[in-house]
Order: sequence, then C-alpha cells, then structure tokens
Amino acid sequence: METLYQLLISIKTDTPIGRWLGPVPDWWLRAVAIVVPVVLILAVFLTLFAFLTWVERKTLGRIQNRLGPNRVGPIGLFQPIADGLKILLKEDIVPRGADALCHFLAPVLFLTVPLMLFSVLPIGRGLIAVDLNIGILFVFAVGAASVLALFMGGWASRNKFSLLGAMRSMAQIVSYEVPTVLAAVVVLMAVSAAGKHGVGSLSTVSIVEAQAGGWVNVSGWFIFQPWGLVGFILFFIGTLAESARTPFDLPEAESEIVAGYHTEYSGFKFALFQMGEYLVMIAMSGFTVTMFLGGYLGPGVDLPRMGWLLSIFWFFAKLAVMIFIVILARGTWPRVRVDQLMGFAWKMLLPMALVNIVAFGLWFYLGSGPMGWAVSVALLIAAFALLTLGGTSTRLGKRTYRYSS
Amino acid sequence: MKFPGKGLLDGVFVTIRNFVGSYFEKDRLVTVQYPEERVSLPENSRTFPFLVYDDEPDKMRCTACKICEAECPPQCIYIVMDRDEKGKPLQHPKVFDIDISVCMQCQICVEVCPFDAIKMDNDYEKSRYGRFDELMEHLPDLLKSNEYYHKIKPIEATAVDAKLQAAAERKAKKLVSPAPPAPGTTPETD
Amino acid sequence: MIQAQSAIESSGVTPSTAGIIETQTLEVSIGPQHPSTHGVFRMDVVIDGEVVVKLKPVMGYLHRNHEQLAEKMTWLDSMPYTDRLDYFNSMANNWAYALSVEKLAGIKVPERAEYIRVIVAELTRLLNHTVAIGFLLNDMGAWFTPVLYAFREREKIVDLFEAVSGSRMMCNYYRFGGVRVDFDEKMLAMARDIVERYPQFLDEFEKLLTENEVLLARTQRIGILPREQAINGSITGPVARASGVDYDIRKVDKYGVYGGLDFRVPLGEVGDTYDRYYIRILEMREAIKILQQALCGLPSGPIIAPEVKLRNFRVPAGDGYGRIETPKGELGFYLVADETGKMPYRYHVRPPCFINLTLLEDMCLGHKLADTVVILGSIDIVLGEVDR
Repeated sequence: METLYQLLISIKTDTPIGRWLGPVPDWWLRAVAIVVPVVLILAVFLTLFAFLTWVERKTLGRIQNRLGPNRVGPIGLFQPIADGLKILLKEDIVPRGADALCHFLAPVLFLTVPLMLFSVLPIGRGLIAVDLNIGILFVFAVGAASVLALFMGGWASRNKFSLLGAMRSMAQIVSYEVPTVLAAVVVLMAVSAAGKHGVGSLSTVSIVEAQAGGWVNVSGWFIFQPWGLVGFILFFIGTLAESARTPFDLPEAESEIVAGYHTEYSGFKFALFQMGEYLVMIAMSGFTVTMFLGGYLGPGVDLPRMGWLLSIFWFFAKLAVMIFIVILARGTWPRVRVDQLMGFAWKMLLPMALVNIVAFGLWFYLGSGPMGWAVSVALLIAAFALLTLGGTSTRLGKRTYRYSS
Repeated sequence: MKFPGKGLLDGVFVTIRNFVGSYFEKDRLVTVQYPEERVSLPENSRTFPFLVYDDEPDKMRCTACKICEAECPPQCIYIVMDRDEKGKPLQHPKVFDIDISVCMQCQICVEVCPFDAIKMDNDYEKSRYGRFDELMEHLPDLLKSNEYYHKIKPIEATAVDAKLQAAAERKAKKLVSPAPPAPGTTPETD
Repeated sequence: MIQAQSAIESSGVTPSTAGIIETQTLEVSIGPQHPSTHGVFRMDVVIDGEVVVKLKPVMGYLHRNHEQLAEKMTWLDSMPYTDRLDYFNSMANNWAYALSVEKLAGIKVPERAEYIRVIVAELTRLLNHTVAIGFLLNDMGAWFTPVLYAFREREKIVDLFEAVSGSRMMCNYYRFGGVRVDFDEKMLAMARDIVERYPQFLDEFEKLLTENEVLLARTQRIGILPREQAINGSITGPVARASGVDYDIRKVDKYGVYGGLDFRVPLGEVGDTYDRYYIRILEMREAIKILQQALCGLPSGPIIAPEVKLRNFRVPAGDGYGRIETPKGELGFYLVADETGKMPYRYHVRPPCFINLTLLEDMCLGHKLADTVVILGSIDIVLGEVDR
C-alpha cells in the first residue's frame, strides 16, 4: 500500500496525466491506495478459495483413481459456481431458543477475521497491503481471535453436542498455537541474527528479505538449515491443526456423535464457515512459505523491471505446492483421536520446538559453519529420539504372527 | 532403516504414485463416464425375463404350462391360458404379467421352462415414471424375437436352437415312420 | 433438538457419586442412521465423560423374515434368498445352504464342481476382506482412499462373477450337487489374471496402511478380546483367530477339497483391533495360495450331480447341520425335513455376524467413544446377516 501511494503521488507530480487531471488532494490518493489493495485481496483470495474447492475435489479424485467433478463446465471448472448457487438457495434455519445475535455473528466473524491475515502476507516484492513492523505478532493474534468465532458458533446453537464439539476444537486450536509460535520464534531469531547490529524485526517483509542472497536466491531459504527444517515441519503440523484439516479434522468430521460447532448452520452461513476454514488454510500456508520457503524469492527476482512479476509467480507457485501437500495429507492419513491429538501437541511438539530454539542458538554461536551444523543436527536428532523413545512409535509397531500347526 | 514417521511417509508415496499414475496408466483411472460410455456386458449377464418368439409374435414358444409361475420364489408371474369359444385351451397365454418390482432376477423360471420359451434379458435401463402399474410388464412388452435373443446371448441361443431343431427332427421322424425309437437314443425327460 | 435434549435429561441417567464432584453420565444413541454405515444398526451408549460405561447394541432394523419365508418355499426356491443374507459374500452363503441340503439328501458332488466351488469361495474371501479393511479405515477418517482402492480390486472379481453367474452380487450360482454354469477358457483366464495381480495390490495396500503411525495409535490395544472370552461367546472367524483361538472350519471339517490343499491359518496374540485388521491381510495372502493351487489342479468333468432333479426335488426325512467358513465366521444352516420332503419343516441360520456382535459391549468398555466405531468396524458386520 505504501508503494502504491508513492506511485500515485509520483504520477500526480511527474507525469503528463497527473498534470492534466489537475489538483487532486493527497488524501484522495491515500484513500485510493487503501481501497485498491483491499479490493484486490478480496477478489484474489476469495476467487482462490472457490478455485481451491475445485482443485481439492479433482486432486482427491485422482488420488482415489477416479475423476473429480467434470460435468459443470469444461473439466468441471464451473463447479464452485454451482455449489455457491446451491448453498445460497438453501433455507436458513435458526434454532428456536438459540441466541440469535451470536448465531448470526459467528460465521461473519469466522470469515472476516482470517481475511485480516492477508493484509500482512507479502505476495511479491513491494506488494503487501500493510507492512506492519509487528507483522508476525499480528498474525498470531488474529489467528487466536478466530477461535472466539468458533466458540460463539458452538454456544449459540443451544445444542449440547455442538457445544462439546466447539470446546474440543477450541482446545485443539489453542494448544497447537503454542508449538506454532515457538517454531516461528526460531525464524525471528534468525532474522535478527541476519540483521544489522543484531537488530531484528517482526515484519514479514524483513523475514523474506533475510532469506535473500545466496545461490539464485534459493539457498538462503530457512528450510535448508537444520533448525529451519524442523521448524518447517512443526509449523506445517500447526497449519494442519489450525485449519482443522486431516489428520486433525475433529471439528469438521466428527463421525462419532458430535458434528461439531457448525451442526446447526445451514445455507449460506455454513458456506461462510467453510470459507473461513479454507481461508485460514491458505493464509497459514502462505505464512509457511513466507517464513521458511523464502516467500516471493526465487531466481530472477532481482531483475530491474520484471523482477516483481516473477516474485508474484514464485510466491504462488510455492503456495500451490504447500496446498497440494495439505490436500495430499487429507487423502492419505486417517484421523487421530482427541486425547492422542492433545498428547501429541503438548508432549511431542512443544519440547521439540523448545529444543529447536536451543539448536539455533548453538548453530549461531558456533559460527554457523560445519561445527555449528554438526552440533545442532546432533542435538535435534537426539531430542527426537528421546521424545519418541517409550512413546507410541516404539511401543506399537508391526508384529509377527504365528500360524497354526 | 526405520524411523518414527516412516509409515506416514510411505503412505504419502503410495498416494502420490496413484495421483501421477492416474494420468498415464489405464488401470489407475477406472471411471466409466456413463451415459456416454457404457461397459459391455458379458454374455451371461441377466436382469429381467422376456418371452421368445420364432419369426412372428404369434409363434411364441410359450404354451402357458404355468411351471414358471409355480416355481418363481417371490411369485411375480401371473399367467392366464387362452381358450377358444368352446372353452378348449389353446396352447398359448392370454395374459402373462411379470411384476418387475417384485422379480428378484434369480433365473429359476428360465431353468425350469421345458420349452425354452422364457429367457433372461440384460437390459438394465428400466426406469419408469411411476411405482405401481408402470412396473408391471405385460405380454406385448415381454415378447421379443429370436434374433434379439441371438444378439444378446449368441452362444446360448445357438445351443438352444440346435436343441430345438434336433427335437423337431426327432418328432418329424416319429410321425413319418411310427417305429419304436432306435436303440441308443435316450427318450426326452423334462 | 430441544426435544432430544429434554429426552436426555429425563431419561433415567444416574448421577455417579465418584469422588468429590457429582458427575452425571450421558446416554447417547448412535444410529440407526450411521455416518460410518455398516447398515441400519443402533448402539445405545452410556458415557461418563469420554469413557464408555455401558453399551447396548440394538438390531432388527433390517429383519426380513428370511427363515419363515424359507419354510414356505421349496428347497431350490430359497437359494436366491440366501444370496441376500450376507449380501457382500453371496457365493459363500449359497455354499453353506447347498452343503446342508447335500448332507441331508446324501448327494455327492463331482470333482470339478468342488474345485470350482473352492475357487469362487476364495475369491469371495478376497473381496470381503479388502472391503472390510477399506471400511475400517473409513471409520477412522481416511477420506475414502482405502475404500476406493479396495473397490478397484473388488470390481475385477465382481466382473468375473458377472461373467460366470450373470449377476454381480446376487449370484444364485450353486445348486444341490454342483454349480450351475461351467467356467470356460475366458473366465479361467480372468480368474488367473486376478490372482496374478493381487499380491502386488496387497503390497501397495499394506505400504499405505500397516505401518502408518496414526493407524497404529488408533488400533493397537483397542478392543481387546481375550481368548477365553472368545471361546465362551462362541465367536468364530477372523475375530476369534485374532484372539488366538485356533479354529478354522476349513481345517476342521475339511469340506470340499480343502483337505487336499496346502494353506496355513494365521493366529493373533493380543486380540485387539490391529490384530483383527492384520489377520485379514494374512488370510488374503493364504487365499491367493489356495486359488493358485485350485486353478492349476482343476479337473475336467461334469459340474452337477446327474441324479439331482430341478423340480420336485425331495429330501428324505431327518435333520442336519451344515456349516462353512465364510469370510465373516462360521455360517451354518440347520434344516429339518419331514416325510413329504418338499420344503423344509424348520430352517434356521446361524449367522456369524450376529453372534460376533454380542460381545461388542465387553470389547468397548473402558475405551473412548471414538473407539466404539473403530471396534465395530473391525468386527466387520453386514446387517443382512445380523437381522436376516
């Protein structure tokens, strides 16, 4: 937005069009510079959501040896439009005795809060809606705020089971926030280590720029460092849990008794819940890309004129890969049980995240050369082995069977 | 080398292999896009019964002997023999109804028919717009020609034709020369 | 929803005074419209927090009066109805009934028919076990991927059944004294093709599933059935063999030509859900071995005993019990014939799924609610057989 404002100012003062249009007050330009990114974000990411439902159904279909939807439009491209029309035309039921205001506000809040996440996502070089200097903190704060909408939905339905389901999914999201944030802390430490005079920044653009340099802008990515790889895995698991995707999709598909917090919603409100969920997924995948995969960096981004176009392309390519991995996870793995889910977060991911921070410290202070690599890799492997020792993976395992004689 | 998490990764590789393979290998994409493509049915495939006639609908093979009506497990066949003015039975049915909402496609009527008159069709597109009278098939709907029978079940139809031809020849020989049957031929049993 | 709530509050839930805080148990009814459909089946579960305290299975939603119907029809006419008992494995049901009647009437089956019966029955075992594993994974939340892989293989076997008997599921293939239709060269080639490709599919299926950590965590040590309890409850089939009960009717009775075929019977140790899942995979591998031997050793000859009449088939008076090892357990038919011998005087089915289901409560007590569905999936029930 800042760059757009400066661009508009320079158009007004330097170019012939600006002089021909006459005196335009600066605050008009400021307003245009605010509205255009907002509209662009809404247009791009909501269309991306609709397109994503189509991609998911086709991908799941191909994984399962079948075609996905292919009747509505060429190769089924108009399927999201058909789905949207169908869900708009459904009857909107509000249970009698439900808290009407909460019941109405919950899906609205669930949709709008994740939209705020996109304002600090850098899509390309110089293309970010608001370059907050507390970017990452804003991301996690907003992610936690969407939990409130979830609970409102469960509470307002006046249904014992959906209240239970809402409480369970709240517990899931909140407890997976902790290792996610700690995995992000490693990245912030790395950014401040790369910064001048050891001064870091929480801004997302500076996180991306800290990964620049290196061989064709690729080898500087944090995922290629040992602490970055572990951090990436932890953050990715956190992404799956925050957006309630398999293998953590208890809120969405509790096939046991509770259908979750969106039992009592029908029609367009249900669609808003789904939209919010997918938007959280896209946004958190975007932040995984930003923090560990170099954001919009890639070969050719430093070119003078076309660099920023290429940066947009690199960002969306990496986002597509991450989303493909999330969809693949949905098609492959079964669901964990609720107590196993909490045990996994608190007993396995959290200690691993803390050890990761120590490993980064060792790596940095040992000079980030071979010595630092060896020590940090050894520490991470030792911690992983210790945590899984006596845990589920070694106690359980493939057994051998005897045959009757 | 086993490490915790290896099972999950193996699963992902299987899924990726299926995903990529569905674009190249034929047996990893098994969808048949009905109604544009149809699977060709094997010969023995059966859905509902039909009555066979030779050459003309009047020359139907069925003699209204009512054996299939007696043997049908869910009792879905209803037959009334045609009689002339004096009440003498003509050997073909006046009414032959099969209720296809009751018929369970067990093929027992085909097995017990002594005249090879009722055979199994393989037409499965029998949707109707009503549930009661529309699902009752009457005699005109059930009569189909022997050529149709050859088309859907060639091997079986040729065998049946040969058997009927042999029986007709034996009967003709018996009528021409009323001699006892030659030794070696077995008498017909039903 | 409001009516349901007040019904729950007024339904005699007993507060338990365990500890300082007074807690209350919750009575939940799972079904009869199940999200993980095994049919129309209801479970009344009483849960204390998350742990199951009491469970009562309620069956009978699919009762179709099969036994009474058979007492009004001739012996041959109830053969198509046995197809519909366990509608996934219709060929196996047919064999059990044909075996019982042949025992009563003293009919001897020719050699080629016996081999064909074994081939078809083992193919049925293959298709039942893959689909059972697929649906078990579906209950656990792996969004239909294992189900569709299993169905891809099942389609090949079911196409073979259509080529042979005319119908994919309701085959009506066996007759007293043999089988109805002979296998010609094309069908034998199809069967050989299936048997050749099956081990490769099983390897891929196992790679997807067996060492998957989520599957291990969800199935190991869940729903343990001790060996003594399995014997006392007269459990049969893979459920019993997973608990260590060494009882396979193919080895005990040696009906058909199983006496001459070489195969092993896998047994489990612990008796939990993972054992029941893995025993099915091992049984599939053994079934492939049996199929290879049977397809190689198929003799030529008649396929039905010549003295059996189709109509007016009479059975001498007496009673008899014939049983076989279906993929779900021991399916037996108890038939009583009176002097006329035209139709059964008494006809009773011993359904394996129904008897295996009686121990559901013992397997589920102490586990969480989410495990109930998984345990039910591992017993592998088909409601057509449970309710007859």
